[in-house]
Amino acid sequence: MIKVENVKKRFGEEEILKGITTTFEKGKTNLIIGQSGSGKSVLLKCLIGLFKPEEGRIYYEENAIQDMDDDQQRDLREEIGMLFQGGALFDSMTIEENVMFPLRMFTKQKKSEMLGRVNEVLSRVDLNNVNKKYPAEISGGMQKRVSIARAIVNKPKYLFCDEPNSGLDPKTATLIDNLIQEITHENDITTVVVTHDMNSVMEIGEKVVLLKNGTLAWQGDKNEIFKTDNEDVTNFVYSSDLFKKIREVQLKEG
Amino acid sequence: MKYLEDIGSYFLMLRKVFSSPTKASVLKELIFKEINDLIINSLGIVAFISFFVGGVIAIQTALNVNNPLIPKSLIGFATRQSIILEFAPTFMSIIMAGKVGSFITSSIGSMRVTEQIDALEVMGINSLNYLVLPKIVALMLYPLLITIAMFLGILGGWMASVYGGFSSAEQFIQGLQDDFDPFHLTYAFIKTFLFAFILATVPSWQGYYMKGGALEVGRASTNSFVWTSVLIILTNYIITQLLLS
Repeated sequence: MIKVENVKKRFGEEEILKGITTTFEKGKTNLIIGQSGSGKSVLLKCLIGLFKPEEGRIYYEENAIQDMDDDQQRDLREEIGMLFQGGALFDSMTIEENVMFPLRMFTKQKKSEMLGRVNEVLSRVDLNNVNKKYPAEISGGMQKRVSIARAIVNKPKYLFCDEPNSGLDPKTATLIDNLIQEITHENDITTVVVTHDMNSVMEIGEKVVLLKNGTLAWQGDKNEIFKTDNEDVTNFVYSSDLFKKIREVQLKEG
Repeated sequence: MKYLEDIGSYFLMLRKVFSSPTKASVLKELIFKEINDLIINSLGIVAFISFFVGGVIAIQTALNVNNPLIPKSLIGFATRQSIILEFAPTFMSIIMAGKVGSFITSSIGSMRVTEQIDALEVMGINSLNYLVLPKIVALMLYPLLITIAMFLGILGGWMASVYGGFSSAEQFIQGLQDDFDPFHLTYAFIKTFLFAFILATVPSWQGYYMKGGALEVGRASTNSFVWTSVLIILTNYIITQLLLS
């Protein structure tokens, strides 16, 4: 579980996060949604320690990241898996080397053991026979899956995903969403996904946090999102024609 | 004010480069890869430029010295002095600021743009140590490259002088040996080590702290060449003043 308490983040004079308080629950896919510029990615980067908030505290279980020294933060980061928006695979390494990278850095396993684990996670994300290819030689969807494999190879307790299905076709996007949720449940990890894709919300939103202009506008689950009268939620959710029509049908059916 | 901030950030970067070391087995592989990228892959251009510039120095000296009272051995002497004191260590380093420096900035800058550096940091890896230290260690072999540049530059001068009919082989070799001061080599290699450090760290700083996208990677590479060259020239002046005057 990750607890966020009154987190504020500024860039110069501009306050991007204006006191966010929420909890991301273990064994669930927790989604942070909101329009562009609402502070989603900044909150994510505060959670993983790439940005330091000016105020507030972030707890991993009972331990505040602000109280940890460099070594403790490094230990914590070994328990974190991260899926970046563009995949962030290392161009100079093959797929196999990319996925093996966290194991080489943080474990003392023999190469054969590492290879076994790499093949296991690559099969888990339905990728076979790509071990010796370079990231530039595979599709965007495959790169995302390799990135998921790299994120989970060291059995993390926390998985963070930044816009995991951006730039993907709807079918591949759904596949990636479902994969993230399955992995979350299988390994009982705390997963936080930043997205503005309502399809993702409908697929995997076990807990949804809506940000608006750096504040927490609403939180609930994917079922509650269609029932709430919260104006910020309805403005966000029904901004697309598809969801407007769904809303009309829902209202007609009472 | 911006320059002061940049200087401060450069020294803070250096402190971080030498802290929280990467796992030794991984570091060893990275160092060998950098030796290949930065040193071995530069051999061709260094050899080509040195050989022909050495030849040009010899020809220019021969053509500009027509006085029969000046011995022909001056061609060898001038070639040796020019190459050992300035051409090989300093001007070859300026050329390397373009080749190696731009490569370092663009490769680290591209990693910044594509979030690969963020990925390293999130994994708990000291990205500066992982990316920059192997380059510094690899470039400590840079004096070998400069030794090759010295040898080939003088060889080029010898061939241009002898086969161009400007002096005999004996006269050229006599010139190479005249008034030879071994401290000039020491001076040249002290400079080379300092230039190697500049070549590894300034382009890395430019790439690591760049912001923006692909266009900014190009800008950072240009800035990297400009600032690396400026620092090499300034360092050259200071070291020459300190060691030779």
